[in-house]
Amino acid sequence: MAELKKNDEAAVDATPNVMPVETVDASTTQEAVAAIEAPVERGEPILQVRNLVKHFPLTQGILFKKQIGAVKAVDGISFDLYQGETLGIVGESGCGKSTVAKLLMTLETATAGEVFFKGQDITKLSGRALKAVRRNIQMVFQDPYTSLNPRMTVGDIIGEPYDIHPEVAPKGDRRRKVQELLDVVGLNPEYINRYPHQFSGGQRQRIGIARGLALQPEIIICDEPVSALDVSVQAQVINLMEKLQDEFNLSYLFIAHDLSIVRHISDRVGVMYLGKMAEIGTDTQIYDHPTHPYTQALLSAVPVPDPEAREGRERIILTGDVPSPANPPSGCRFRTRCWKAQDKCAEEVPLLAVPERFKSSATPAAHESACHFAEEKDVVHAA
Amino acid sequence: MTIIDKTADVPAPRGSTENSGPLLDVRDLHVEFKTRDGVVKAVNGVNYSVSAGETLAVLGESGSGKSVTAQAIMGILDMPPGRIPQGEILFRGEDMLTMGYEERRKIRGQKIAMIFQDALSSLNPVLTVGYQLAEMFRVHQGLSKKDAKAKAIDLMDRVRIPAAKERVNDYPHQFSGGMRQRIMIAMALALEPDLIIADEPTTALDVTVQAQVMDLLAELQREYNMGLILITHDLGVVADVADKIAVMYAGRIVETAPVHELYKRPAHPYTRGLLDSIPRLDQKGQELYAIKGLPPNLLKIPTGCAFNPRCPKAQDICRTDVPPLLSVTERDGGELPGRHSACHFWKEQIHG
Repeated sequence: MAELKKNDEAAVDATPNVMPVETVDASTTQEAVAAIEAPVERGEPILQVRNLVKHFPLTQGILFKKQIGAVKAVDGISFDLYQGETLGIVGESGCGKSTVAKLLMTLETATAGEVFFKGQDITKLSGRALKAVRRNIQMVFQDPYTSLNPRMTVGDIIGEPYDIHPEVAPKGDRRRKVQELLDVVGLNPEYINRYPHQFSGGQRQRIGIARGLALQPEIIICDEPVSALDVSVQAQVINLMEKLQDEFNLSYLFIAHDLSIVRHISDRVGVMYLGKMAEIGTDTQIYDHPTHPYTQALLSAVPVPDPEAREGRERIILTGDVPSPANPPSGCRFRTRCWKAQDKCAEEVPLLAVPERFKSSATPAAHESACHFAEEKDVVHAA
Repeated sequence: MTIIDKTADVPAPRGSTENSGPLLDVRDLHVEFKTRDGVVKAVNGVNYSVSAGETLAVLGESGSGKSVTAQAIMGILDMPPGRIPQGEILFRGEDMLTMGYEERRKIRGQKIAMIFQDALSSLNPVLTVGYQLAEMFRVHQGLSKKDAKAKAIDLMDRVRIPAAKERVNDYPHQFSGGMRQRIMIAMALALEPDLIIADEPTTALDVTVQAQVMDLLAELQREYNMGLILITHDLGVVADVADKIAVMYAGRIVETAPVHELYKRPAHPYTRGLLDSIPRLDQKGQELYAIKGLPPNLLKIPTGCAFNPRCPKAQDICRTDVPPLLSVTERDGGELPGRHSACHFWKEQIHG
């Protein structure tokens, strides 16, 4: 554990995408809340994640539980989210994307690491200060069929956050606010007394987004917000989310497994594999100039809706499945499926840093990639 | 560890070869469901055919009737509440809808097999995968338990499940999503059917695993010269494997075309809208085109063309007359084989 930590710190130092954290020392709760409510300039980091770790213990025995291991769902990741930008997180199922979302929402407690929201470490906050943070980070869930309570009306669902944070909307004002929100997300404000089952999937997801917007947060974490929707409806919801971002100056952390959608909506993209960040950079850097073999394989496997462009593309088909996060491979975690793997990969954990060979040049390939043998390769465009 | 291949290796689509005539021919199929709120018209006159070795992709959103058509072909519709008031499903020229139960049963599984979307809920969780695979041989071919199990291991090898011998006694939950889907494929292949219907076979899988499973399916199809009906909503998957495409909307086929043609020049505004509304991996666009509105309620399908309330080109005639599925031709009247469109204004759509 100690060694792993040291490695990660080195990675942070070498990372231009990650800015040094300016912590705010707040001795009293008032000061903390004030810091949380202070505005952030556009382009400044609003959320800074450092060496975040989440291990879920594996236990044996019924009465005398004994820990026999841990599922390393998130194992030391660092990134910054800037005000007004969209950071996309992609990866296969089981790579820890959703656990990251839960950690940022403080729905799970981190095993180690820090999450700074405007310079305050939210993993250590409690009480009023934590409540203030939670108001500012909201979430839109994947499945619009199960994330809305079927026994509550739409008005109650969207208005529920106001019960917890009454300072945002005084009691008499709530109905009007909810109707405004319905209007903002493109639903008829008269639907306020309807129940979720009376809406289609796309409309339900709009309700979920309205609920996320209710407290006027600064960050919205979207965990696969459109993967349950039909293609034509998906485009409507994506457009709505982009419109809302401009209107309310929101920062999105957009988690999805659909790489095309992530490219469409994101300013920067991080690729996760087995609890670690494999590569992070702007959308052009990742999609047009990927240097990590996993990113290349992932991109080349995406089916492109154009048979002609398809035929000129190289396909890298990975063998096997993602290894178990309870027992990840030593060294580079991708090495068991990588075609470039050598002895070094089994021994040394590659750091997330700009590869040496690209460091001096100004090519778009010069972005952080956690691979010993990083090499640029365009797999998206037809040869 | 990794196979790097060029897609150019995938052979070109083949037409039907021996025994003339398509393997499966669906003609004017209608399916409706009686519910408390009225009659849901899920399928309203579907026509399509598949030949041996051919891949037909049926594309549509949820509620377009693509899965119901497949269930009608397999004979696994819940009847009642389902009802087939009209139509024919010809398998090698014989109408399966008029066949007796036993005759039908002989075709199901042996001649036509189906792969379901969600492998975890389609496999029985309390039986080992080996037992479930062997069941096909025991029931249909009357093999002994031991022989059937040996065959099951063979099958698992064929769909490239590593260490098949050791894993034959494992339960479905012990397999990963991709491996479970392989078992579903193995089960469908067990009796070497002539036709496989795959209902969203890769929707629940990750892209890297999806590519593995689709490749396996294409390879096995070539090997056995099977017909394949691929039901999906993913325009990307379709572009990879299909020979021809049928686009469904509100229980009708609105366009059919060979795969390259459809992407190059769609002849129906719905297809155009679908193609425009997907973000592209190789370019970052501006705002996505979105088809406005929602898919229609099947209890009250709009009069005329079902797509008219969402169509940017709709005219008065679209609100009154149902457009028939007509052949699409070149501007000079030259034939475009396999192309049909159910739009009053297909000429404007395809020829700009």
